[in-house]
Amino acid sequence: MLITEREKMVEDINTWAEQYGRNRSALMPILQEVQKKYYRISDYAMQEIADLLGIHPVEVYGVVSFYSFLDDKPKGKFIIRLCQTISCDMVGKDRVARQLENDLGVGFGQTTADGIFTLEWANCLGMCDQGPAMLVNDQVFTRLTPAKVNEIIDGCRRALSHYATQRKEVHAL
Amino acid sequence: MITSKCSKLTFSEIKTGSGLQAALKNKPAEVISILADSGMKGRGGAGFPTSTKWRFAAAAKGEEKFVVCNADEGEPGTFKDRVLLCDFADLVFEGMTIGAYAIGAKTGIIYLRGEYTYLVNQLESVLAKRRQANLLGNKICGKEGFDFDIQIRMGSGAYVCGEETALIESLEGQRGEPRNRPPFPVDTGFMGRPTIVNNVETLAWVTAILAKGAAWFKSVGTEKSTGLKLFSVSGDCAEPGVYEFPMGITIAQLLKEVKGEGAKAVQVGGASGHCVAAKDFKRALAFEDVATGGSIIIFGPNRDMLHVAKNFMEFFVEESCGQCTPCREGNHKILEGIEKLEAGTCSMAYLDELCKLGETMQLASKCGLGQSSANAFLSIVANFKDEILGRTEKVAV
Repeated sequence: MLITEREKMVEDINTWAEQYGRNRSALMPILQEVQKKYYRISDYAMQEIADLLGIHPVEVYGVVSFYSFLDDKPKGKFIIRLCQTISCDMVGKDRVARQLENDLGVGFGQTTADGIFTLEWANCLGMCDQGPAMLVNDQVFTRLTPAKVNEIIDGCRRALSHYATQRKEVHAL
Repeated sequence: MITSKCSKLTFSEIKTGSGLQAALKNKPAEVISILADSGMKGRGGAGFPTSTKWRFAAAAKGEEKFVVCNADEGEPGTFKDRVLLCDFADLVFEGMTIGAYAIGAKTGIIYLRGEYTYLVNQLESVLAKRRQANLLGNKICGKEGFDFDIQIRMGSGAYVCGEETALIESLEGQRGEPRNRPPFPVDTGFMGRPTIVNNVETLAWVTAILAKGAAWFKSVGTEKSTGLKLFSVSGDCAEPGVYEFPMGITIAQLLKEVKGEGAKAVQVGGASGHCVAAKDFKRALAFEDVATGGSIIIFGPNRDMLHVAKNFMEFFVEESCGQCTPCREGNHKILEGIEKLEAGTCSMAYLDELCKLGETMQLASKCGLGQSSANAFLSIVANFKDEILGRTEKVAV
């Protein structure tokens, strides 16, 4: 990672620490911000946060590794989380899953080579009456069918190229 | 916003501010007495009387106290809290404010599951409106000395954080590992201070009870389970969605309402609940009979119940926090057993061992997750032995 990018991240972490408070209970909100902006929580970020909150970096790692929405490894810009729980299972999540794998070219738990998509399973998304359901980042999609999956993926790609022209890309750190 | 099909809810009749204004006409202790009179038990599923929880917190000594709304709705098959937060967030925040008045808290926190991040903007705007209307902030409704505000905190995808002590751990910036109880949060909660943690639906009902009176609330339901309850209905029925029914409705009546007759089993209470077979559909959904947080998953005549059990156990293997041995190891063992049953290689003796293991987990696990994770498996074994034993080929789902 370039020094300037690293400095930018440190600056961000400092801003968030001011916003949420320099105490242990601010840890989750800070980690959530880092994850959202940088698509991962790197060792360097964990060390920086630990210093600011006055705790050991291992404590930060313990928290990062506990929660499924926080990750120390790089994730795609779009994280697709397909609900695998029973109500979605009974209305055809398996076929939606298969088509997601086909269209993205990766399996569950993997990220595409271009770093754009990560495909994951999720447990109950609270859309049990209108499954199969999945989250793409924070957005929820329901009543999925294998054919709909490709539309959604295309939508993400279009959104990304639009976004990239507006703002300099943040590279995976 | 994606909305669920919803029966007409009583909440649509409650005017914003009416519950709080009614509460402020009483002393804090009287508010708790009104709740006690209503007989309401927590709508999250555990069924602890809300008034008792509040009374403990009100009596507890602490420089500051906290009101926490548990919006970490992660139980499979439950989505009523999402509907409430979409359509009736005002009533939920108002319930928190009433709680703050009753116990003497200045800070409220709503812990929203990470999967519901798309609700945040809308919730923030409801909070902003309440601040403008002086329903939050300083001197609420002109009441001298009554200051209270609510902040939103996000979860990050851990089911166990729905357990109240794990939720508090998470708020404190820790891994979401449940604590030993006692001490209970009403005494030693967030930051070691007295804290009430209430379910989203419970808080909305608090507002309704204050607005319409305890007598109105207990005019429906059963003696031990008063009032109305929201049910999240999914699975094999023509009209899944959120329904409001009186406590004590039988499973058969519910199935008729949602057009799910002909079901062979119903999972009541989500993955951690019980599987009720058709022969028991006359049983009532109430704390004294089949207790539930409101999750109803319906299985039609062709569903493979072993597949259902497997899905639930896979869920618990992933969501166990791993802190205590019965839950961490037990869930794995039961899942392996289900795989043996699938392959048709499980003896009756081994199945009995698995059931004993399940019972041990119920007794020996540290928190509600491990104490209930074997429920679904045990009830499916009890009801569907002939269906799950002696398999010769994979059954189509």
